Amino acid sequence: MSFEWPWQYNFPPFFTLQPNVDTRQKQLAAWCSLALSYCRHHKLYTLDIMEVQECPVFNHKNIDRKLSTEAILIVFEELRKKGNLEWLDKNKTQCLVMWRRPEEWGKLIYQWVSKNGMVNTVFTLYELANGDDTESEEFHGLEEWMLIRSLQALQTDGKAEVITMDDGKGVKFF
Amino acid sequence: MDRFTWSNGLLEMNETLVIQQRGVKLYDGEDKECCIAIPLSQIIYFEEQAAGIGKSAKIVVHLHASPANKEPGPYQQSKFSYFKLSFKEHGQIEFFRRLTEELSQKRWESTPMSQPIPTATNSQTGRTRAVGIVGIERKIEERRKETEKISQSKLMVKAKEMVELSRSIANKIKDKQGDITEDETIRFKSYLLSMGIANPVTRETHGSGTHYHLQLAKQLGDILLAPLELLSPEDLVNACKMFESLKQPLRLRIFDSGVMVVQLQSHSEEEMISSALDNVTDKGSLTAEEFAKLLGLSVLLSKERLLLAEKMGHLCRDDSVEGLRFYPNLFNSQA
Repeated sequence: MSFEWPWQYNFPPFFTLQPNVDTRQKQLAAWCSLALSYCRHHKLYTLDIMEVQECPVFNHKNIDRKLSTEAILIVFEELRKKGNLEWLDKNKTQCLVMWRRPEEWGKLIYQWVSKNGMVNTVFTLYELANGDDTESEEFHGLEEWMLIRSLQALQTDGKAEVITMDDGKGVKFF
Repeated sequence: MDRFTWSNGLLEMNETLVIQQRGVKLYDGEDKECCIAIPLSQIIYFEEQAAGIGKSAKIVVHLHASPANKEPGPYQQSKFSYFKLSFKEHGQIEFFRRLTEELSQKRWESTPMSQPIPTATNSQTGRTRAVGIVGIERKIEERRKETEKISQSKLMVKAKEMVELSRSIANKIKDKQGDITEDETIRFKSYLLSMGIANPVTRETHGSGTHYHLQLAKQLGDILLAPLELLSPEDLVNACKMFESLKQPLRLRIFDSGVMVVQLQSHSEEEMISSALDNVTDKGSLTAEEFAKLLGLSVLLSKERLLLAEKMGHLCRDDSVEGLRFYPNLFNSQA
């Protein structure tokens, strides 16, 4: 399925940081939504600032408009405030994108587990994210760092426990 | 006062120094003007003696022999034919220069002496005296006063000329009478520059201040489209600020950027904005230049209107290498 661009993507002012405060709020909200849905569509979890500038999301060649680096950082700051982004370094060159937050992932995983009556079973992390059984699930292919955070979120809720095994980590669901 | 004697300044055996005081003036009885004089005509030549360590600069003046008709002075006889002036503090250079001047001009030979300089020994009034050393100072002072008078009167003449010229120019503008000659313009400009005046004020109009501005405001209200006389921007703005109080149908409007415009009172803000939005929507998008052309307004004014509409949230902007362009604010209107 090809990615569906929102109407703003073809609207030139979308690529200019708006001076009017109210207008800007709406603009940034639209950018956050676009960035996240694009990352979700392409299953992007980590972003590099330099690479991202050339990414079609921020660089719309058809209308010859691109979002400035300054504006990209402002959008990313909005995402961070909402809990959807985490900087990996102080210089803000790389970040983790959580188009779904850990809690949301945890919920999805637990739903699948309980639906299949697999509560009280132990899974390895690999099985969970890359096993054949989970192939059709959204969380399939989830990167390990995100998986661990999601399971930790469940752990906090008392719904799971992360265990360390001989050849890696695993999880038991309750 | 003929009782003074020379002294070497040292104390005699039986004397003690009681007190020393500088800056004390000597009066001969009631006569304040008490001084020693030497006519310049007596000077053969004079020379400088430079200052040394512990020695002040001096001027040495060499004299002719005393004439037979010399008036009585403090000393009847002297073995020297020169005297020295010792400049304890300063003034030697200037004095030397002046003395040189006087001695080269030898004014005593040509000008009749009209001013009697009272001296200690001059008991005969009306008797003219040759210019003395101290008398030189007086002459200098007089000359300075005269020069000042001349300067002032020259200045008055110039000012008068200038006022007349500017009046003639103003009249010509008013009556559209003939052309202002280039010569007049040049003269006028140079007058202004030389006086350092940007805005010559004439007393005979309405003076300056509120009354003047009021009158101006009234005039402006009536003849806004006609060519104006030369006005300073400040006067114009001040006059415009009074439109409301004068019940004129005009308003002075000041934008955020500081740009000021005069507009008809009927021109309300909402109307301006909604019409701007209509224009932009109609064309899809507009730059300030395009908008100006459309409405027949100045680019400056058009831009201000677009910015105002943006501020109100009706328009948004597209800023790129292609320029600044305004669009309807779809962020607001579209879901």
